[in-house]
Amino acid sequence: MLSQHLPILLVVVPLLAAPIIVLLRRSFPSWLVATLASIATLAIALPLLARAVSEGVISYAIGNWPPPLGIEYRVDAANAFVAFIVSLIGVFVMPYCRHGVSSEVRAEEHYLFYAMMMLCLSGLLGILLTGDAFNLFVFLEISSLATYVLIAMGRDRRALVASYQYLLMGTIGATLYVIGIGLLYLQTGTLNLADLAVRLPAMGDPRSTLAALAFITVGISLKIALFPLHLWLPNAYAYSPSAVSAFLAATATKVSIYVLMRYFFTIFGETVVFDARYTGVILLALSLAAMFIPAVVAIFQTDVKRLLAYSSVSQIGYITLGISLNSVGGLTAAVAHLFNHALTKGGMFLVLGGVVLRLGGSALDRMAGLGRTMPIAAFAFVIGGLSLIGIPGTAGFVSKWYLVTAAMAEGQWWLAGAVMLSSLLAVIYVWRFVEVAYFREPPEGLPPPGEAPLTMLLPALAMIVACVWFGLDASWSGSMARAAAEALAGGWK
Amino acid sequence: MRLDVILRVLAKLLIPFAVMFASYVQFHGDFGPGGGFQAGVIVAAAVIFYGLIYGLPSAREVVPDVLVEAMIAIGVLVYAGVGVAGLLLGGNYLDYFVLDHDPVHGQHRGIFWVEVGVAITVSAVMLKIFYVFAGRRRDAGGEDS
Repeated sequence: MLSQHLPILLVVVPLLAAPIIVLLRRSFPSWLVATLASIATLAIALPLLARAVSEGVISYAIGNWPPPLGIEYRVDAANAFVAFIVSLIGVFVMPYCRHGVSSEVRAEEHYLFYAMMMLCLSGLLGILLTGDAFNLFVFLEISSLATYVLIAMGRDRRALVASYQYLLMGTIGATLYVIGIGLLYLQTGTLNLADLAVRLPAMGDPRSTLAALAFITVGISLKIALFPLHLWLPNAYAYSPSAVSAFLAATATKVSIYVLMRYFFTIFGETVVFDARYTGVILLALSLAAMFIPAVVAIFQTDVKRLLAYSSVSQIGYITLGISLNSVGGLTAAVAHLFNHALTKGGMFLVLGGVVLRLGGSALDRMAGLGRTMPIAAFAFVIGGLSLIGIPGTAGFVSKWYLVTAAMAEGQWWLAGAVMLSSLLAVIYVWRFVEVAYFREPPEGLPPPGEAPLTMLLPALAMIVACVWFGLDASWSGSMARAAAEALAGGWK
Repeated sequence: MRLDVILRVLAKLLIPFAVMFASYVQFHGDFGPGGGFQAGVIVAAAVIFYGLIYGLPSAREVVPDVLVEAMIAIGVLVYAGVGVAGLLLGGNYLDYFVLDHDPVHGQHRGIFWVEVGVAITVSAVMLKIFYVFAGRRRDAGGEDS
């Protein structure tokens, strides 16, 4: 009986946890409820993914109103896999918060912090599972509003400005998205995504469809932080509490990328988006720009958190490059990198959070001699860095391999070279950390900081180990990415 | 400040009617314009009016901050709880049909509790916003990060 309700339970469990946490008010019980809720979401997401892969599309009618009329939750391999990624990251991040947050958020605000984390999780999962264009917007707002609050909770006063900046950009993005679905609704009279996918091709290719496509693409690209629209991201990641940076870097932009893929391939269809116009070329150009320009900017950062943030913008370029290839291979690479980059960047931010706790800041200069004073953290960070570069044996290599193979299958040999060149830039910014941490003397006169507490170190190490694990054995993640890509390209038939 | 006696008396006269009008908007919302959101705003407006006339501290005595925060959460729980009740009675999430033997009554019951949840949360959020803005100088004393 319960198994048929899995799609809704995945969203409802964290949604219920948030108000319960607000009622509890105390720091420890709040953390406990949040952690249990995040474990429960993973326990729901796993069987849901298994069912979606074996059975195909699962449809769930909210309130028992039959689909195009009522709100439908529609799950297939693609969104079930991304939902699995999001809940997995949640399980890593929530236990970490116990100590990670205590030093960065005021004690009397702890319960609000956990409530916001739960709302953010619930919103992200809702975006993924819903089959309704407007419901998607509502969840986009829930997760975004929670995110703005979480970023503003950073102890640096600049966190407020960063949050405000993101609020402005995010609101513009959400508004553009709503204008887009408004245009689609005017044309087709439906908000159900599957119904839209059936009705839009029958409309032909009128100008209002194009306007809707343009509004939705730009709106969602703002949330993705696609290259020229990424300006909110570095500050938001740099000044938010470490656990929040890790959670957002691993989930928020990824969920928006899923939305973009869903609209491009399932709803508008590749004939409208790619074959009839230059979307592919534009997206390719922007992806290339994203792979190079933010990577160069990352090299010149003096703060490790900002360095990772710019690296995130650069890595998003690889994912959108996979989308721009407009093939199942390219989509597989995009989804695989979604998963691998979530593990890598999430793990690196978690390790960095422990370092920041002990050193009191994330400036690169403070990390001098870290290889000796915090050997485990420094080593884990370097492994994560290797995965960012794409060294064989790490998760980052697997997705870059898929990407290069997909590019070659399309006959775009030069793209392989571009991916290699951009990886070299990653070598430089990772090397800057290695140089400071291993080839500089630790500051004298200060007591050695010691490793981070176990509750922080273990989740961080678990993610880094996962990053190596899925680099050595990519059969499961690869097959999931392929199933997701086929589900996206095949449409909701 | 003796001159505001008219305001004080008028407020005392008007506030009960404002609350009563709110409950009319709330419970008549099924048949006419109105509903939980509007009723919640009117209730909050009554308390804010009280706060404007009698001062923020007395408003906080009547509706304390802890209660306001709890109400924000309780309203959401009531709304989501209606959905879970649908699940437990064998329907889908937010399925009102199964809430009563007669499906039409079930719909009625479902929307009634959902609107109650909305009213609780909306009134509490409105009050919270008022408290935060009005109490800013008093509580913060310069340190408000």
